Amino acid sequence: MNESSPILNISIFGVFVLITLFVVIRASRNTKTAADYLAAGRAFTGPQNGIAIAGDYLSAASFLGIAGAIALNGYDGFLYSIGFLVAWLVALLLVAELLRNTGKYTMGDVLSFRMRQRPVRAAAATSTMAVSFFYLLAQMAGAGGLVALLLGITGTGGQALVIAVVGALMIAYVLIGGMKGTTWVQIIKAVLLIAGAAIMTVWVLGKYGFNLSGLLGAAVDNAPKAGEKLLGPGLQYGKTGTSKLDFLSLALALVLGTAGLPHILMRFYTVPTAKEARRSVVWAIWLIGIFYLFTLVLGYGAGALVGPDAINKAPGKANSAAPLLALELGGPILLGLIAAVAFATILAVVAGLTITASASFAHDIYANIIKKGAEEDKDSEVKVARITAIVIGLVSIGGGIIANGQNIAFLVALAFAVAASANLPTILYSLFWKRFNTSGALWSIYGGLAVTITLIVLSPAVSGTPTSMFKTVDFHLFPLSNPGIVSIPVAFLLGYLGTILSKEKADPLKQAEMEVRSLTGAGAEKAIAH
Amino acid sequence: MSTVEHTPSESADAQKWVDVQASDDFAQLKHRLRKFVFPVSGLFLAWYLLYVLLADYAHGFMATKVVGNINVGLIFGLLQFVSTFVITTLYVRHANKNLDPLAEKLRGEIEGDGK
Repeated sequence: MNESSPILNISIFGVFVLITLFVVIRASRNTKTAADYLAAGRAFTGPQNGIAIAGDYLSAASFLGIAGAIALNGYDGFLYSIGFLVAWLVALLLVAELLRNTGKYTMGDVLSFRMRQRPVRAAAATSTMAVSFFYLLAQMAGAGGLVALLLGITGTGGQALVIAVVGALMIAYVLIGGMKGTTWVQIIKAVLLIAGAAIMTVWVLGKYGFNLSGLLGAAVDNAPKAGEKLLGPGLQYGKTGTSKLDFLSLALALVLGTAGLPHILMRFYTVPTAKEARRSVVWAIWLIGIFYLFTLVLGYGAGALVGPDAINKAPGKANSAAPLLALELGGPILLGLIAAVAFATILAVVAGLTITASASFAHDIYANIIKKGAEEDKDSEVKVARITAIVIGLVSIGGGIIANGQNIAFLVALAFAVAASANLPTILYSLFWKRFNTSGALWSIYGGLAVTITLIVLSPAVSGTPTSMFKTVDFHLFPLSNPGIVSIPVAFLLGYLGTILSKEKADPLKQAEMEVRSLTGAGAEKAIAH
Repeated sequence: MSTVEHTPSESADAQKWVDVQASDDFAQLKHRLRKFVFPVSGLFLAWYLLYVLLADYAHGFMATKVVGNINVGLIFGLLQFVSTFVITTLYVRHANKNLDPLAEKLRGEIEGDGK
């Protein structure tokens, strides 16, 4: 019926880039100190930061991935949304406020607070980089598939060029705007994304007389292969005992991963107080929850109106369900708008990840390990962060070109598994367990990281099956695609064993300071007034 | 600055934190926080796990239709959204009423002594 128009898509996206660049340049005028560049002067309000968190969190995997998974696999796709949402309660109840009160710029600030600084900071920076890198790869790989669909660029060379352009834009945002500019990009993108999804949701529901049951029925009618199974669980993960266990493992990684994602944790430093950090999580929970309810309608709507066959035939397969639904509903203009939003999503998330990884390098490794704290808060810290952002940007462009076509959901689940195993145990232990010490932190971070990555390398996701990264060789020894069910308990156990088996005593003075500060907010970093 | 290695002035300062940590007000604040967040965390994780296990191993039950095409699984899934929103609201109310005033009082005491 309708045809996608690449020129229209590019124009709408171009307008978005111009507007955000303008905002970023304006926001950067007050960026002077390290706290400005790395934590936006801690001057955002709770609601603003909450919207930005939603922007950071609702990545292309959330939007395109979940809508596509629901369109093709029905109910099993819905389970992703639930895990991604419930996970926020861990962040709200156990992490956000205490972290805001004790840290400054990075996750390493909190983890090393009462430990020996250099080894723990090095470990925290290592796992921050690892999580950010997997997450970055997923976003950049997704950009390639999206481009194929939206701009009609199917050649590998053309897609590589677009990935490079996306990467270059992201580097520009981070270099110019720092955390403040990046936060504004997240806010603009989150508003556009949620508004776009809301319009499409109302539109789809309107077609079925605002009757959810009618929509579900139409999705079933349009999916002759899956049929009624589309509405119940098990279509994707219910086939064998192993795949069921894999699902359980994924569910654990999703619910425990969020509160260990460094780019989410870093957002809590952009507000002035712990109370604002709490408000921002509350805003984020409502926005993210409502958005996932929209994706449920969009997913089944794509199934009903576009159909699984047409989605599977499109370049980008499941990821094209939401854009194809937009084309079906509102023609090329709505597709252009949704396409621009999807691009903006990738761009904004990539910028958020880049500033997190570069902050961790500049603050944890450069300022606190190499310069032993002497360069903290100096201009050189910002300079190193900027240089690191360029390096990370270039690496992720290269990685994105190589990973183009890989399964996005797999790469994101990988990042969640690493975050849940290497970061969350150490965060919780250092906030709540008095006796926890340096050796426990190191065992848990490095052990969790090593176990997770080893199991992933040995998993069927990497080798041995038709959907693996390497199809022709088979070195898979571990049966599950997601390592969470093993790696998360192991990391908690290692943190415990590392602590009780070492003779080192936790520093009682630092423990007292950390506990009092984390609960009362005394001595916490203040907002900067300009 | 607490994020760097110990300095002499900090060691002199350190006793202050230990004193506050040992105070009744602080014990009360810590108790109020933990009394809420630990049980509630256990509860929502158990509720989530129950849901995941049902979706994973009780396909027939979850696919039972209730109204039209709306089945048990969908209702369970939507209830996870509801419980998340409810817990969020309850925690905010608890924190505003029972945690913030005490935390602010302690903070005032600590920061008021010429730091």
